[in-house]
Amino acid sequence: MPESPLSLLWVVPALPLLGFVVNGALALARPGAKRAVSIAGVGTLALAFGASALAVTELARLHATSPLVVSYWEWLPVRDLQVAFALQLDPLSAVMLLVVTGVGALIHVFSVGYMHDDPGYARYFAYLNLFVFFMLILVLGANFPVMFVGWEGVGLCSYLLIGFWFNEKINADAGKKAFIVNRIGDFGFLVAMFLIFTRFGSLDFETVFAKAPAVLPPGSGIAAAITLFLFLGCTGKSAQIPLYTWLPDAMQGPTPVSALIHAATMVTAGVYLVARCAVLFALSPVGSATVAGIGALTALFSATIALKQWDIKRVLAYSTVSQLGYMFVGVGSGAYAAGIFHLTTHAFFKALLFLGSGSVIHAVHRAYHATHSHEDAQDMRNMGGLARHLPWTATLMWIATLAIAGIPPLAGFFSKDEILGAAFAEGAVRPVWYTFWAMGLAAALLTAFYMTRLMLYTFHGPNRTGERERAYLHEAPPVMTVPLVVLGGLTVLGGALNLPPLVGGGSFLEHWLEPVTAAAQRIRPAVEVAHTTEWALVAGAVLIAVLGIAAAFRVLKPEALVPAHVAPPETGLARVLWKKWYVDELYDAVIVRPVMWVSREVLWKIVDVGLVDGLLVNGTATASRFVGWVGSRLQTGEVGVYVALFVIGVLAVVGAAVR
Amino acid sequence: MLLGPSLAVSAVLFALGVAGVLLRRNAIVIFMCVELMLNAVNLTFVALAQQLGVAGQIFVFFVMAVAAAEAGVGLAIMLAIYRHRQTVNLQNINLLRG
Repeated sequence: MPESPLSLLWVVPALPLLGFVVNGALALARPGAKRAVSIAGVGTLALAFGASALAVTELARLHATSPLVVSYWEWLPVRDLQVAFALQLDPLSAVMLLVVTGVGALIHVFSVGYMHDDPGYARYFAYLNLFVFFMLILVLGANFPVMFVGWEGVGLCSYLLIGFWFNEKINADAGKKAFIVNRIGDFGFLVAMFLIFTRFGSLDFETVFAKAPAVLPPGSGIAAAITLFLFLGCTGKSAQIPLYTWLPDAMQGPTPVSALIHAATMVTAGVYLVARCAVLFALSPVGSATVAGIGALTALFSATIALKQWDIKRVLAYSTVSQLGYMFVGVGSGAYAAGIFHLTTHAFFKALLFLGSGSVIHAVHRAYHATHSHEDAQDMRNMGGLARHLPWTATLMWIATLAIAGIPPLAGFFSKDEILGAAFAEGAVRPVWYTFWAMGLAAALLTAFYMTRLMLYTFHGPNRTGERERAYLHEAPPVMTVPLVVLGGLTVLGGALNLPPLVGGGSFLEHWLEPVTAAAQRIRPAVEVAHTTEWALVAGAVLIAVLGIAAAFRVLKPEALVPAHVAPPETGLARVLWKKWYVDELYDAVIVRPVMWVSREVLWKIVDVGLVDGLLVNGTATASRFVGWVGSRLQTGEVGVYVALFVIGVLAVVGAAVR
Repeated sequence: MLLGPSLAVSAVLFALGVAGVLLRRNAIVIFMCVELMLNAVNLTFVALAQQLGVAGQIFVFFVMAVAAAEAGVGLAIMLAIYRHRQTVNLQNINLLRG
């Protein structure tokens, strides 16, 4: 390709990598140098955001219809398999680039305040920078293997950061769970890659997507296999049924990590992958229906769990799983722009919610720390009435709550509405989509309810933190509140990115993404619905949201709550929801325990002890000893025997020679 | 030419030597049997030298020299063994038993 400023694209991922190297060195050599760590950690991210903005401006100026691929070196040249280390910039990766570096930079700034007193400060920023590096590789990769490097890398960083406070077993276990569950998904991704390579002879996005309509017959088995295996990878990374269980446990990590990795960026990688492979999914109705169906089911299912969680971060975690389900409904319905739009707005408001909850936990934790209490700083039953103490956080989190509930004109309203509208429109062609739409609508009702519940229990009613602790509750320092304010602004204005024509907008994001989605849309044209229907859908969605919020205000009584340590146990359906439908217990009984049993009783006691140790290791020794024993029996020490053997030997040799 | 009978005699002598080494217990007798085998070989050398050239006859002198040296060393070892164990019966000398 001709020399263009975009050949400097490598600078964007290289900056966080530089931050990782510097912070990693500081973590090993001088962990106390917090100022240097802050400058390196936040500075590289800010520069990366600047570089991304420049790159995207350049891309917009070029008006390129095909992705700009910059190939840096031959990575895996093995006969037919030619994989280059290549980065590509197109409208889709541009959106992801700005979200990752932009939201990432804000969360880095927040972390400076949140993690300030932590002894692992330098290590934390090293991991966080490394995560951003891998995330950028993931979104910029121009072929499946490069993307897979990022895919695995973010999984590694997720594991490292979930288990950041690894000296408590529960945190280390949560990290392991995330890592192992993700392996299952990665297996699907790998199998999909193999299938693609055998069919296309290439793993470059451009080649594969250009050849896809010719190579894969629409609705064929192989197209379904490729898309379903790809989607298995997505369910792992993006926490969808059946592999979603790791995400709520991932809340054991520091809260900014939950905001960055487990809400705004990494978990959306699956949505990005489906949007990236839009052509393949468009060719497989089964694949698309699975994506949308699993998405709708996950959205509804995890929303029910969120209704009864007491840990403020777990509510947000299940909310994230639910919102990711929405995104999959969007991309599964062929509304790729809507899915990416929701991904972007979700990154804004969910990062805001998580950082807000971080601010709350920070305040409550400090209060408990000051009085040497061991109460749970994340349990909403220990909060209440915090709006008086944390006015900024409360206000901003209310904005995010209204956004996620879908109240116009906040960002979440537009993106969620577009997804539900797309699902409804698809229903005209394939009626099963009406079910998905209804499930999405039900999930929207529950979302409005549980988010209002979270806000009511955290910020309103009487305070339950404790008499002595109340004096220590303070708003976070500016370094933490300023990112919140910025995210709040984005939450309010984010909807402007893709205002639908219905309200006089120009659908900017949809047009921006057209070069990427056009090929898929040709195979699978978007279904249009009448304006009146659209208005009815919008009105219905808003009504549902208002209903959810109003119901929460009516039903829930923050005054009646008692602190966690005196709270009565849950009963009935509430207990089932609080126990997360016993899915973890089910997995434990059906998968984990049998695997552990087989590992212990068969692999260890039979295969390892019996076969490996007994037969191979000790067996070799026994055989050698037996041969040695036979040899030593021959050594009688009597010359006569030696001579007799010698003569036999000579006769044998001579006999052989004569013949 | 008496090649056939000569080789037959030497074969008989060699077989006697082998049998003696295998069957006898006394070290001196075994030693003598070894000498018998060497001389059987010498006889074949000499007999075949008639046809194959003089090298065989020369080789006989080497064998005799080695046999003489061997006799010297062997008898000395046997004397040492006898002084040590008061016997040269090889059945009683089995220190190298494994």
